[in-house]
Amino acid sequence: MEEMVSWVPNLVGAGLIVIGAGIGLGKIGGAAMEGIARQPEAAGKIQTAMIIVAALLEGLAFGALFLGK
Amino acid sequence: MRLAPNTLHFFGIILFLFSTLSVSAQEPMAQNVNDGDRVNTNSEIDAYKNHHIKDAHDFHLYSYTNDAGERKHVGFPLPVIIWSSNGLATFMSSEFHHDTDGKVIVKQNGSSFVNLHDKIYELEAGATAVNFDAEHHPTNAALPLDFSITKSVFGILMIGLLMIFWFSGLARQYKKKQIPTGFGRILEPLVIYVRDEIAKPNIGEKKYRKFTGYLMTVFFFIWILNLFGLTPLGFNVTGQIAVTAALAIFTLVIYTFSGNKDYWMHILWMPGVPYVLRPILAIIELAGAFIIKPFSLLVRLFANITAGHIVVMSLIAITITLKNELGAFGSTSLSFVLSLFLTLIELLVAFLQAYIFTMLSALFIGMAVAEHDHDHGHDDHGHEVADAEDVRADFI
Amino acid sequence: MDQLLNDFSPGLFIMQTIILLVLIFLMVKFAWKPILNSLNDREEGIQNALDAAEKAKLEMANLNADNERLLNEARAERETMMKEAREIKTKMISDAKEEAQAEANKTIAHAQAAIESEKKAAISELKSTVATLSVDIAEKMVKGELSDKSKQLELVNSMLNDAKLN
Repeated sequence: MEEMVSWVPNLVGAGLIVIGAGIGLGKIGGAAMEGIARQPEAAGKIQTAMIIVAALLEGLAFGALFLGK
Repeated sequence: MRLAPNTLHFFGIILFLFSTLSVSAQEPMAQNVNDGDRVNTNSEIDAYKNHHIKDAHDFHLYSYTNDAGERKHVGFPLPVIIWSSNGLATFMSSEFHHDTDGKVIVKQNGSSFVNLHDKIYELEAGATAVNFDAEHHPTNAALPLDFSITKSVFGILMIGLLMIFWFSGLARQYKKKQIPTGFGRILEPLVIYVRDEIAKPNIGEKKYRKFTGYLMTVFFFIWILNLFGLTPLGFNVTGQIAVTAALAIFTLVIYTFSGNKDYWMHILWMPGVPYVLRPILAIIELAGAFIIKPFSLLVRLFANITAGHIVVMSLIAITITLKNELGAFGSTSLSFVLSLFLTLIELLVAFLQAYIFTMLSALFIGMAVAEHDHDHGHDDHGHEVADAEDVRADFI
Repeated sequence: MDQLLNDFSPGLFIMQTIILLVLIFLMVKFAWKPILNSLNDREEGIQNALDAAEKAKLEMANLNADNERLLNEARAERETMMKEAREIKTKMISDAKEEAQAEANKTIAHAQAAIESEKKAAISELKSTVATLSVDIAEKMVKGELSDKSKQLELVNSMLNDAKLN
């Protein structure tokens, strides 16, 4: 049980990180979808930019996760 | 159109391989349920997972227990090369007899080595057995420099040879004819894809050529290793932080040494910013260039691949963990469906991570070699108008 | 973080660095350079072929335009020739008509002149005939009148009366 308790802050932190990253990724994805729907001919460029931004966000989230681990 | 049936065959074989992957990975576990002394409990599953995602000193394919109740391991040993306190020591990993708990001691060149959780420790002089502290850390042994051909190094070598074989074959084909045939037809669009979608748009039409070799090598290296990580061979090379660190440091070295005057100017003495802020910005930019960028590269690849492996293994472990609730058939089929689905996603992730690593490397290199157009880059007061690239640089 | 550092194996890092260096070198030398060169060559070849095709198309179009132009010229020339011919024809016809008219007029004038002179001759002949005739008649009458004396005297008297009146 004590072992469990010592893990709780880490798990809560991980959950917060995942919530934040999820919101961010959702916004990126939603904006990209809107952009593609508005200008289907620019889909390739939008996708590339989306992947780059998502990758940056992901890097940040992973960094935080590993710092917490 | 002669290719079409061949291609179908090829994809058919791949699909078959990946569908059998999950099955073959499950079967030993399913049998283990009847076998009291193997993976059964949650902690054992955890240990199995950890063992899988870590590097190993021998190439272990599968284990079974024979009729006499003896544990047999099928695989082959790999050479161990260690720079110990008494100089270089080399022996085959088979001398440990598959022991990873530090029980078997190998004596070589006056040093004693033990294999503790797939790490080779050198015992202090005079010690005859490993002593552990309360947290199961060895107290009388140290980690020497380990240049062994471990499973990961073996995988890297294999993939390297495979890449050289494939792509030099493609290069040879061009000498004879304009359009490659056979397997070259699969490789050529990939090469063109990396060149046209990753290298050219991020580095620029003029300078991309110099860096394309590195980008292509890294792209195919990561992608093929990711894909091999999905096979039941048990590679987890791109999930080794040392490997991704080496890759990220290569990118760091390349963009640091190919950076032009503008690049360093923007890092050390940012134009268009009040003088007071410039040293602060320089510190931030230096941290960004030398720590954050490579760290995000290496952690992203490592974490994605490791997480993928852990999740696939966890889903496979459903066979055991939910056996009591769902019965043998139910848990196995549930785990089969889920892990098949996840393996398909992992196929995508394998490509995506290779793409993103290469893409970001190309982006960083492109930022380092970009030539800023100073004619229209400044407004009336001589401040630089932020263009898309600068904004992007602030993100990273 | 601890586990991350714990997992980091310096030996693997060094091996990976060395192998990657060698791999990049070998791949660049034996694979990427020849592949990229031949891809570039091929793309340039395709580009050149496309350019050549474009050029040929342009030339073809020029040729077609030339042909069209020549054809138009020929057509125009034919047109003008036809027009000229038509004009000549109409001119010739009208000339001929005029000539015929003039000839006819001349002939008519001749005829009229001839008729006129004939008429005149006829009239003068008639005149002379009439004169002779009247002279003859008068002679005969005079001969008749002067055959007896009374009548001659009567005549001379009447004449003398006339003369008195004058």
